[in-house]
Amino acid sequence: MPQYLALIYGPADQQAVAPEDYDGDVMADYMAFGEAAGAAGVVVGGNALQSTDTATTVSVLGGKGGEIVTTDGPFAETKEVLGGYYLLDCANLDKAIAWAAQIPGAWLGKIEVRPVVVFE
Amino acid sequence: MVATLTRLVGDLEAAQDAVQEAALTALERWPVDGVPRNPAAWLTTAARHKALDRIRREGHRGEKEDRAMQLLEGTGDDPLPESVVRDDLLRLIFTCCHPALAPEARIALSLRTLGGLTTAEIARAFLVPEPTMAQRLVRARRKISGAAIPYRVPADHELPERLPAVLAVVYLVFTEGHTATSGDALVRVDLCDEAVRLARLLAELLPDESEVHGLLALLLVTDARRAARLDSGGDLVLLADQDRAAWDRTLIDEGHEHIETALRRAGGQPGPYALQGAIAAVHALAPSWKATDWSQLVSLYDLLADVHPTPVVRLNRAVAIAERDGPADGLAEIDALEELTGFHLFHASRAELLSRLDRPEEAADAYRAALDCRPSDTERRFLERRLAGVARA
Repeated sequence: MPQYLALIYGPADQQAVAPEDYDGDVMADYMAFGEAAGAAGVVVGGNALQSTDTATTVSVLGGKGGEIVTTDGPFAETKEVLGGYYLLDCANLDKAIAWAAQIPGAWLGKIEVRPVVVFE
Repeated sequence: MVATLTRLVGDLEAAQDAVQEAALTALERWPVDGVPRNPAAWLTTAARHKALDRIRREGHRGEKEDRAMQLLEGTGDDPLPESVVRDDLLRLIFTCCHPALAPEARIALSLRTLGGLTTAEIARAFLVPEPTMAQRLVRARRKISGAAIPYRVPADHELPERLPAVLAVVYLVFTEGHTATSGDALVRVDLCDEAVRLARLLAELLPDESEVHGLLALLLVTDARRAARLDSGGDLVLLADQDRAAWDRTLIDEGHEHIETALRRAGGQPGPYALQGAIAAVHALAPSWKATDWSQLVSLYDLLADVHPTPVVRLNRAVAIAERDGPADGLAEIDALEELTGFHLFHASRAELLSRLDRPEEAADAYRAALDCRPSDTERRFLERRLAGVARA
């Protein structure tokens, strides 16, 4: 069964404050999605991420074994940042799209659906 | 195909898997090896082999082994019911036209996989360089297998999103057949027939969709003029000069029926294909070019430009305006379409109007510009004759 990573992009403060024009309860919506997708056996894993001001970027300069450089951020210049993800077990892309469309992030922001590489 | 395999393998899931595997193989191999003469038969044979492999892998004996032999030898319930074969082609089209693929890629992939056009021909149909088109195809195929885009006909509620790309594919296959962008024959009859066949199939399977009937009508009425489009020497005859007695009235009548159906089901808002079908019908009804209802055509093109504002629609609208109001007004409209300078019909239309306005030198330049756009051989001969005509004048 293919797996798809559903990356949830939305406003930086999505978990804390819902957009003004949204009259639902974000947490309750996520709970409902988790229950439905969980009951269907679709969710393999998933997490919400802390906000981007807790992010650290790590890179190694000069190739493998080189100098480790850490920087604060990145701080997205765009309004939409990665706020969380689900790993979904779906038979095909249509099913993955149908489930992704039920993640609250799909109406609060957008979901990027990426198939997971299968090493054979 | 699934139904037949299911009867033979006795397992719906195994049969579906085999067909899906065969379709994926087709998506990978056809663009490289070329589309087989009979795609449905190819798919059936490939699916049989996949099912046989599976049965052997799973080590079944006895009864299943016998079924496997039936599959391989094509005995049993064959020949396949026509309806099953058609469903399978439709599934392949909807896979190629999946919304997760870029719109250009859907059309290109379908043309390459089902229409059997070369990458070069598709590139020219879309006015993009060949390497760009090749890259687009590679990326689309990679996504179908990588992201597991399924091989199925979408559910009713998905159709509004899924259908336009399918219709566009059928339309472009027809257009490609009608005015082939390369090669000697202006009309590649097989492609036109294939497009009409697919459009009829869509109208049968999706009878409530206005645009499906609109598309079928457009293709039928256009195809009805096939015999009159070329002279005995194989050269292009313009609509204005065609022998209207040579038009196929049976096809025109069939087209009219579908235009009526299309308009009835359009809910007062006809789509681009219904409008283009209606435009083609106005031409088909006119006793001559001069006696054509140009006012009605300009109105139809105005509606069409609202729902489908492409440069080519505006080019055709400009030609209708030239007929209604005179060549100077038409030329002003055409000259505003700068984005079409890579398209030979832009220059050819300008050239005709310039010639009528007694500006032979500019007309000759425009014919030369049209020839520089590498039209098909038949169109090239036509343009060369016209060029010689204005050069003499």
